[in-house]
Amino acid sequence: MSTFLGMPAARGGSAPDAAAPDTLAGVGRPDDPLHWGASFPDAARTALANQQLRRNLGNATSTIRAKRARVVGEVPDWEELRDAGSALKADVLARLPELLEQLERNVTARGGVVHWARDAAEANRIVADLVRAKGTDEVVKVKSMATQEIGLNEALAEDGIAAVETDLAELIVQLADDMPSHILVPAIHRNRTEIRDIFLERMGDAPPDLTDVPRELAMAARAHLRRKFLSAKVAISGANFAVADTGTLAVVESEGNGRMCLTLPETLITVMGIEKLVPTFDDLEVFLQLLPRSSTGERMNPYTSMWTGVTPGDGPQEFHLVLLDNGRTTVLADEAGRSALHCIRCSACLNVCPVYERVGGHAYGSVYPGPIGAILTPQLTGEKSDLPYASTLCGACYEVCPVKIDIPSILVELRAREVELGGAAPDTSDRVWQAAMKAASFAMADGDRFRRAARVPRVLRAISRHGVIRRLPFPGSLWTRSRDLPEPPRQTFHDWWERRARQARQEDER
Amino acid sequence: MRIALAATCIADAMFPQAPRAVVTLLERLGHEVVFPPAQACCGQMHVNTGYLADAVPVVRNHVRTFAPVADGEWDAVVVPSGSCTGSIRHQQRMVLERAGLDQEARAATAVAERTYELSELLVDVLGVTDVGAWFPHRVTYHPTCHSLRMLGVGDKPERLLRAVDGLELVPLEQAEGCCGFGGTFSLKNADTSAAMLQDKVGHVVGTGAEVLTAGDWSCLMHIGGGLSRGGTGVRPMHLAEILVSTREAPVVPGERQEVAR
Ligand code: SF4
Repeated sequence: MSTFLGMPAARGGSAPDAAAPDTLAGVGRPDDPLHWGASFPDAARTALANQQLRRNLGNATSTIRAKRARVVGEVPDWEELRDAGSALKADVLARLPELLEQLERNVTARGGVVHWARDAAEANRIVADLVRAKGTDEVVKVKSMATQEIGLNEALAEDGIAAVETDLAELIVQLADDMPSHILVPAIHRNRTEIRDIFLERMGDAPPDLTDVPRELAMAARAHLRRKFLSAKVAISGANFAVADTGTLAVVESEGNGRMCLTLPETLITVMGIEKLVPTFDDLEVFLQLLPRSSTGERMNPYTSMWTGVTPGDGPQEFHLVLLDNGRTTVLADEAGRSALHCIRCSACLNVCPVYERVGGHAYGSVYPGPIGAILTPQLTGEKSDLPYASTLCGACYEVCPVKIDIPSILVELRAREVELGGAAPDTSDRVWQAAMKAASFAMADGDRFRRAARVPRVLRAISRHGVIRRLPFPGSLWTRSRDLPEPPRQTFHDWWERRARQARQEDER
Repeated sequence: MRIALAATCIADAMFPQAPRAVVTLLERLGHEVVFPPAQACCGQMHVNTGYLADAVPVVRNHVRTFAPVADGEWDAVVVPSGSCTGSIRHQQRMVLERAGLDQEARAATAVAERTYELSELLVDVLGVTDVGAWFPHRVTYHPTCHSLRMLGVGDKPERLLRAVDGLELVPLEQAEGCCGFGGTFSLKNADTSAAMLQDKVGHVVGTGAEVLTAGDWSCLMHIGGGLSRGGTGVRPMHLAEILVSTREAPVVPGERQEVAR
């Protein structure tokens, strides 16, 4: 739902023309959009080495952060709105089966067809069958996280159906055979020069004299997409909200390309995670205030499209709604983690996250990166994951989340789950951590034992120079690789206090 | 007031000058300080690394040690750390409840309700901002994430610093950004942690301050380690170490207040 045309190429860095062609290709499309690539620490290391990427991300996230803070600051009842959003979502999750059936009844009554998909494969099959039944081999798409999550485009391609992404940034990602690195601004890792080169090389109909001026890039994409909009018979979208008591679906976007897809083709297929419900139409009021300010930093969203079933003579005459579970009911069953399903995909938590800001989205190896990805991805897959540890627990995400998801607490819960999973089938690193934590637990559960243990660092005084230790063997080297360690003191606080108390007693006796 | 001190394990073992400063400062302000020797650690490291079962005995020890505050034996517990206070307030009960120790969980809540981070104790409980300190140096303040967001100490530390005679407080750019410590994060994601540290160090150096202060020695150890590695000459000092400094007994930055054996 955003028009982001990349950051300018880094000043003082490479010249605008220097983007090597081989860097245009993205990371490729993985088999599992929720789990791909290297481990988080390794992928992060690679990303950190990319100075251009760090600068792009730093600039983009700090701009949007400032914008968000400004417009959120204008709303006097922002905290009340957050409470309302959180309460509404909690209510939805508590009554999900009932509300989903209500939605199904209302969508059906208004001429839509509702399909239920347990997992990605089922959802993809339903959509592919629907498209094939229409006798077409090309569909236009509204930007959608749910269809990214299930790898719909790849599944359609296997059936000989070409899915054309129409969100500008999503189109860039698709052309480059890349993965999104942000849930709102999927091409945030690209700069303008790269985007121009991608268009020239891969769009097929880009003007040969295209420059990297944002307006020109937008115009090239506009001409390209206009042809697609006018010819497509089927459109596929996600949904930001679905209203149970009316059967209304809503898509929130900034470009208007989504609206083209939602209105021009004859058939519309919407794939929606089952948690996207709101009980009543009035409830949209809360979310349509929370979402634009949190996501793009806009006061009001530019294109909010809503439709209810089929309206004869207006818009698509056939409407299918695919309700996607894909792990969501498992998340729902977990009391500690279920509030991850409150998420309205605004991406505010990504933009404020100091880890995301430095390593970018691809390091998370999931279509859901950043803080929300770190709690949602492992819960959806149920697999062992290093994502719960990809955070300092600084709490910036919780502070901005418009629906008040306590991400740091859920991260801690998921770390506990990782420890349990690691206990069942430990690898070497699990074993080392387990042993260290056991030993520390023993030493720190008793004042006398701790008092003796606290003296141990003193041995390091032997290797300290000028009050600091510059080098330690593994695993201490993980610390000393980039930081010094101060020389441990001669006397611990426990010992100081005891000595002081003893002296006081002696003085009293004298 | 009779105030019990929870020194925190890291300061006890590595930075005893901070809890020592708390003792001297509170005594100077006319209060009695008690140090229950059975204390060890609040359990934060275990909890935040996901070792909740191993955290249980650590948390129990903390709760048992400080339980007298709930019976009125002491008026308050002071902790010279925002993150340990945060863990005591927001995590201990959860750890005990998960272990089925409901009674101890209630005790933990009672202790937590009377536990304060240093700047909270001074400003909210004792009602002082001017503690009579003198520290003629250029200082910048890093609001650690847990002080700022978990506890919400707001500008209390800065108010205390501004009241210090001779002290020049210079603002830190992107002060609210995390320094990248994150406990075991600094080891599990060492490269990302180092990248965050690098930025923080840059901002600290940019202030031209002689001293970097904060309410947590854990974050200070991290940023201080980066400042030292970079040869910047900026000294990390805990808030308490500045507040304890007076004309009569000045604290000199960089001079470790070692106690002879
Ligand atoms: S978790 Fe909260 S802040 Fe993050 S994307 Fe979802 S709604 Fe937005």
